[in-house]
Amino acid sequence: MNALKAWIQRYQLASMVLLAVLLAVVLPLTLDIFRLNLVGKYLTYAFVAIGLVMVWGYGGVLSLGQGVFFGLGGYAMAMFLKLEASDPVSTAIQSTPGIPDFMDWNQITALPALWVPFKSLPFTLFAVVAVPMLLAFIISYAMFKRRVGGVYFAIITQAVSLILTVLIIGQQGYTGGVNGMTDLKTLLGWDTRTDSAKYVLYYVCVALLLASMVLCRWVQTSKLGTLLLAMRDKEDRVRFSGYDVADFKIFTFCLAAGLSGIGGALFSLQVGFMSPSFVGIVPSIEMVIYAAVGGRMSLVGAVYGTLLVNAGKTYFSESFPDMWLFLMAALFIGVTMAFPMGLAGVWEERFKPWWKERRQALRDAAAKVPQALPQRAADAAPAEAATLHEGASAQSA
Amino acid sequence: MSNTDFALAVEDLTVSFDGFKAIDALTLYIDRNELRVIIGPNGAGKTTLLDLICGKTRATGGSIKFKNQELSRMAEHQRVRLGIGRKFQTPSIYENLSVFQNMEVSYPAGRSVFGALAFKCTAEVKARVQVVAEDIGLGDKLDTEAGLLSHGQKQWLEIGMLLMQEPELLLLDEPIAGMSARERELTAELLQRICKNRAVIVIEHDMEFVKRIAHKVTVMHQGKILAEGAMDQVQADPRVIEVYLGH
Repeated sequence: MNALKAWIQRYQLASMVLLAVLLAVVLPLTLDIFRLNLVGKYLTYAFVAIGLVMVWGYGGVLSLGQGVFFGLGGYAMAMFLKLEASDPVSTAIQSTPGIPDFMDWNQITALPALWVPFKSLPFTLFAVVAVPMLLAFIISYAMFKRRVGGVYFAIITQAVSLILTVLIIGQQGYTGGVNGMTDLKTLLGWDTRTDSAKYVLYYVCVALLLASMVLCRWVQTSKLGTLLLAMRDKEDRVRFSGYDVADFKIFTFCLAAGLSGIGGALFSLQVGFMSPSFVGIVPSIEMVIYAAVGGRMSLVGAVYGTLLVNAGKTYFSESFPDMWLFLMAALFIGVTMAFPMGLAGVWEERFKPWWKERRQALRDAAAKVPQALPQRAADAAPAEAATLHEGASAQSA
Repeated sequence: MSNTDFALAVEDLTVSFDGFKAIDALTLYIDRNELRVIIGPNGAGKTTLLDLICGKTRATGGSIKFKNQELSRMAEHQRVRLGIGRKFQTPSIYENLSVFQNMEVSYPAGRSVFGALAFKCTAEVKARVQVVAEDIGLGDKLDTEAGLLSHGQKQWLEIGMLLMQEPELLLLDEPIAGMSARERELTAELLQRICKNRAVIVIEHDMEFVKRIAHKVTVMHQGKILAEGAMDQVQADPRVIEVYLGH
């Protein structure tokens, strides 16, 4: 019994189950499909946020370029969907039927070689994870093996996200440019725009997110997780204990990139388009804010942080269209100033001790009751007799 | 350089920082089972020498051989895996982890990425942690957060973390700095126990302590070896007296 309890605590199952119930039962029952689809979109960012918990919270390496990996995963998926939407019949009016519309507008007359493998769904699914991880490997290998870290690493990741944005916008004929890839309609002939498809995709997204969180939690509780915490504290001590410190950072960075790629692919599927505005510096920093608001040491916290910030964004922009950006900024600054460990930190450091104290107080009070009981029973007996007597006299009167 | 029977053979070692020779053509041999203490005034290059042996600093010239294997071009973690353990001057432990975790992380298994993912804290690991923890006097503190230990206990914990790896060469930089008299005594006993089956190099300033533990003493001055031998012999050396008392 105790072993089970320890196991539940170790894997933070209680809070994960709570989150699962919220996402899989409560929200679908209370929100209409438009809102639920929005939540699904936010949850795709949560993949990036939990990746940041691993890289930034545990690994101590801040990346300001996670949008790159989100974008690469998203573009990989979008390329497959775009090819499917560009069959020769529906693109018959183009000068070259059978290629995506934006290629036709850019005087491209044959499908570029880069695009050809994306006709296959298995390859696409592989690429969704592998392409971001490969780029992450190259960047992190070059940086961490040279012991570049901290601010320098953050700046370089930021530069990478800027470069990729410029590249995507510049290569309009191959990427759809600033508009991105639009009009994504079907997945293997299944219309992804219907309400039922949106429900299915929402649940796929929730299931994959929870699975990713379990995976991350498993990594956190392994020796590798302990090593990450140790490295954040005393990197040299870990190095002089026989570990190649860079390898562990590279692994964590690649893990986060792979997760971000999955998030991006689910974005393309649920929202129906992908554009450079999810790749650049601003979205990359926003994603860091999700993790910061939720708590960079907590996987569950990062998901709540993502939902909260995005819900705030939607609510403020709908209700205060003139000043919503200022309200968002106030939220970010307020939360990070008041709670450096985010909402999860408030829960762990403020609420839990308070609740423990309260429970202890209740227990103490309960412990006192049995001693007091006989006394009270004795007090109560005459009183009861008195009321009975009164009642009886009232009746007789 | 030829092979030797020594645990550690440092020959002609030189390192210069912008022209300043912190270690200047230094030659030093350490026997197996030997406890050597290095003393010398500030800036003599004692810590730099340990940095060179463990790989924190790269040598400009010369050779460092451990069990007849050339170290100079080897990465730090590879030197550790060969059996070299380094304790830093200020206690370098993982403050946020428990004493047990500090030692578990130092256990020499699961050192690759996937090895670490698959690593299981078996009964064998737990037993080893317990044995070493008893040895360094922290047997009842395994669940304590390392940051809450006293300064002396932190020093011991770091030595314990090194012992987990069963190194054949231990490099200890001022292991009794900031310790009380009683703690110094316990540390001296600890060092005498752990120098069996391994070579130990200690940097220390406290002469009473040096007298107690040293098998042999090396005096360094301006990146060179000034004198070497038994403590009494070294203390009587007029050159050593001059360096310590000034002109």
